[in-house]
Amino acid sequence: MSIAMPVPDAETLAKRERIARALRAIVPGEGVIDAPEALRPWESDGLTAYRQPPMLVVLPETTAQVSAVLKWCHAEGVKVVPRGAGTSLSGGALPLADAVLLGLGKFKRVLEVDYEDRVAVVQPGVTNLAITQAVEGRGFYYAPDPSSQIACTIGGNVAENSGGVHCLKYGLTTNNVLGVEIVMMDGEIVRLGGRHLDPCGLDLLGVVVGSEGLLGVVTEVTVRILPKPETARAVLVGFPDAEQAGACVAQVIAEGIIPAGMEMMDRPAIHAAEAFVQVGYPLDVGALLIVEVDGPAAECDFLIGEIARIAGANGAVTSRVSENEAERMAFWAGRKAAFPAVGRISPDYLCMDGTIPRRRLPDVLRRMEELSAEYGLRVANVFHAGDGNLHPLILYDANVPGELDKAEAFGADILRLCVSVGGVLTGEHGVGIEKRDLMPEMFSEADLKQQQRVKCAFDPELLLNPGKVFPVLHRCAELGRMHVHHGALPHPELPRF
Amino acid sequence: MLEPRDAAELAEIVADAAARGRKLELRGGGTKADFGAPREAVVVSLAGLTGVVDYDPAELVLTVRAGTPLAEVQALVAAEGQMLAFEPWGEPGATIGGTIAAGVAGSRRVTAGSARDHLLGLMAVSGRGEVFVAGAKVVKNVTGYDLPKLMAGSWGRIGAMADLTVKVLPVPREVVTLAARGLSPEAAHAAMACALGSNAEVSAAAALSDGTVLLRVAGFAPSVAARCAALPGLLAGHCGLARLEDAAPLWQQAMTGEGLKGAVRWDVHLPPRAAPALIAALPAGAEWAMDWGGGRVWVCCDAEDDAVRQLAAGLGGEARLVAAPEAMRERVPAFHLRAKGVAALEARVRRSFDPAGVFVTGRFPEDADADAVLA
Repeated sequence: MSIAMPVPDAETLAKRERIARALRAIVPGEGVIDAPEALRPWESDGLTAYRQPPMLVVLPETTAQVSAVLKWCHAEGVKVVPRGAGTSLSGGALPLADAVLLGLGKFKRVLEVDYEDRVAVVQPGVTNLAITQAVEGRGFYYAPDPSSQIACTIGGNVAENSGGVHCLKYGLTTNNVLGVEIVMMDGEIVRLGGRHLDPCGLDLLGVVVGSEGLLGVVTEVTVRILPKPETARAVLVGFPDAEQAGACVAQVIAEGIIPAGMEMMDRPAIHAAEAFVQVGYPLDVGALLIVEVDGPAAECDFLIGEIARIAGANGAVTSRVSENEAERMAFWAGRKAAFPAVGRISPDYLCMDGTIPRRRLPDVLRRMEELSAEYGLRVANVFHAGDGNLHPLILYDANVPGELDKAEAFGADILRLCVSVGGVLTGEHGVGIEKRDLMPEMFSEADLKQQQRVKCAFDPELLLNPGKVFPVLHRCAELGRMHVHHGALPHPELPRF
Repeated sequence: MLEPRDAAELAEIVADAAARGRKLELRGGGTKADFGAPREAVVVSLAGLTGVVDYDPAELVLTVRAGTPLAEVQALVAAEGQMLAFEPWGEPGATIGGTIAAGVAGSRRVTAGSARDHLLGLMAVSGRGEVFVAGAKVVKNVTGYDLPKLMAGSWGRIGAMADLTVKVLPVPREVVTLAARGLSPEAAHAAMACALGSNAEVSAAAALSDGTVLLRVAGFAPSVAARCAALPGLLAGHCGLARLEDAAPLWQQAMTGEGLKGAVRWDVHLPPRAAPALIAALPAGAEWAMDWGGGRVWVCCDAEDDAVRQLAAGLGGEARLVAAPEAMRERVPAFHLRAKGVAALEARVRRSFDPAGVFVTGRFPEDADADAVLA
């Protein structure tokens, strides 16, 4: 637990009962939770190494209630942490001891589907998969498919700009959202974007998507829905090592093929997955690729042939093409179960999320092996190969004193490695608290200050989800000044974590 | 005109203007200088910042200096069998930076996204005269706020891009246009909606006022053949379809609105289902072309009032004034005005980059109005 959160404000804690009363007046009935034992289930999100029960939980049901809650908290200087389904892997929804946790779980309705214009208007608590389920009867789907799609909500997807295995071809959340209604910290309700493309003015929607709950609370989302591809086929290819698999990926793309999904697993990940789900993965290979293509049957057949040819030219030792839907699903079952499979062979694991230029994959994997030996911790790799998004899983045992710290240090070294080869700290999981203190590895102080100034334009009192994303909390007044000297930190009194 | 040679000189120019309370107009190739209200401001030309910084086709990423001519960038990636998938277009001399700052996208936008969707990262100079970077040089990244989204389509209102990184994608091996003739705007829209909603993966759909509907089918040969064979059946209830050779001039018309007559030109973005109603209500003599399945309608006429804008607003859309006599541009803002709360938020965001209003030149009069309210 090396990441510190802001020190709770004693004044706020002292007025907890008054806050509960005021929020009950806005959200009556069961909508406010303040009994200590009832707060336990809310103490964590998907980054379970970090736990902190919230001061209290409020579960509004209408935009008007969200607005009234935020307006009241704003007037009283009370911090607010928004939460969707709580599946964030970076601690984006981690509660604070002195903050109200604002859950959007009751916003569960699909409000409208317009098949002619191919858009759906949904509330933020609708799960990612439920959007697809609402429209698949008419042959449509919602393209971004994060692996938590059964549970994660579209509101959380907007906050995190979630991806998924198909995002190389179909884009991230930001490429599939047309509009949002958000409530800002002062209670003002604003609609950004809408049902038409490219509205006039600055693309505020574009900066709200992926803002990790720091700019506003999403209360409605308009998404693009796409016609479901006629068919999909996958090919499972084994290589002696990751270098050859990487060369195969590069050649597939160089030949003009953008597969719907292209996933790589290394030997430890293959073995863990096969032991868990027994789908027939080859165990004598160093790297496994799953390449999926979708579209008209004629296209899939053609591309599968091309990919098999390219794989062969790059030293593939095994190759299997899915002949039916059940087989295709089986290929994916192992990959999709990779995290729980690793959970079975290790008491605990940390899932990292860096992106690298693909050409650097062999170097990065080699260096990761060295780090693994240095730290004495095993690592298994699953990898969105098409876009260079790595998910190293660091295996550790939280019951061994100091091992979590060691795993976190190993993870931080991996992310530094990603940045040093021209990549980034997070490809799809978000910064949250997990990568907060690594932000200066990728951004200069000037870069971070400009991002924080945008935060100030939305939430000048810094009450919305504080302690996330930014390693140093600058007051907005200080950021607003025109001339800031570089060099030594000018404000030693500011909280830094 | 000021002509910085690199980001450091650019930063000095902007910092100096901010300190002295002067205004600067950022310019790429100057091909869109007539967009917005007439104004007088010192021009900073970014056309001197040229050249490729990094291009590895297999990574699907290209980093170039912002003043590099768009045509050069397109030729560079075309030589590797790649393209800018948002189909940017412009007059000769247009730069990649100016094209992205203007949010330009072509017919493919309806399926492939706009400039905003393909700008991955940048190095820029804010109105404070500070160099900052945002985004990254990889295709998948969620580290920090997505400031490149704000920069795409910002028209020089928050900062000057020096370098930018865009996503590139393979050029389809084969492109076929299927066309229908003699359709009313209603029938044209219905046919396009049906095609774009089908799994025949139509990558662009446009309609012209002579009743022609264009559907683009692109990809690998066997796939294109299969989809071209399927589409006539899928659209049987709407229209007949025939393969059209030499379709480029027609696509060009739909994509750019060129060839439409009238001194006043509007670029209307609206929910596609509202396009036929817009067309039906246009002033007498107005000419039009639909792109993006009806989501974009170019309108040309001679009337120097904002009837088209009112019409668009009433249908849930909005209208940009892209060309007009100077007197009209003096009177009618280029941008559709945003709702009050959005305008105030936008002004605060703009000022977070440009607190001194260096880039508030009068080109977009609503910016000065919003600043007055904030002050």
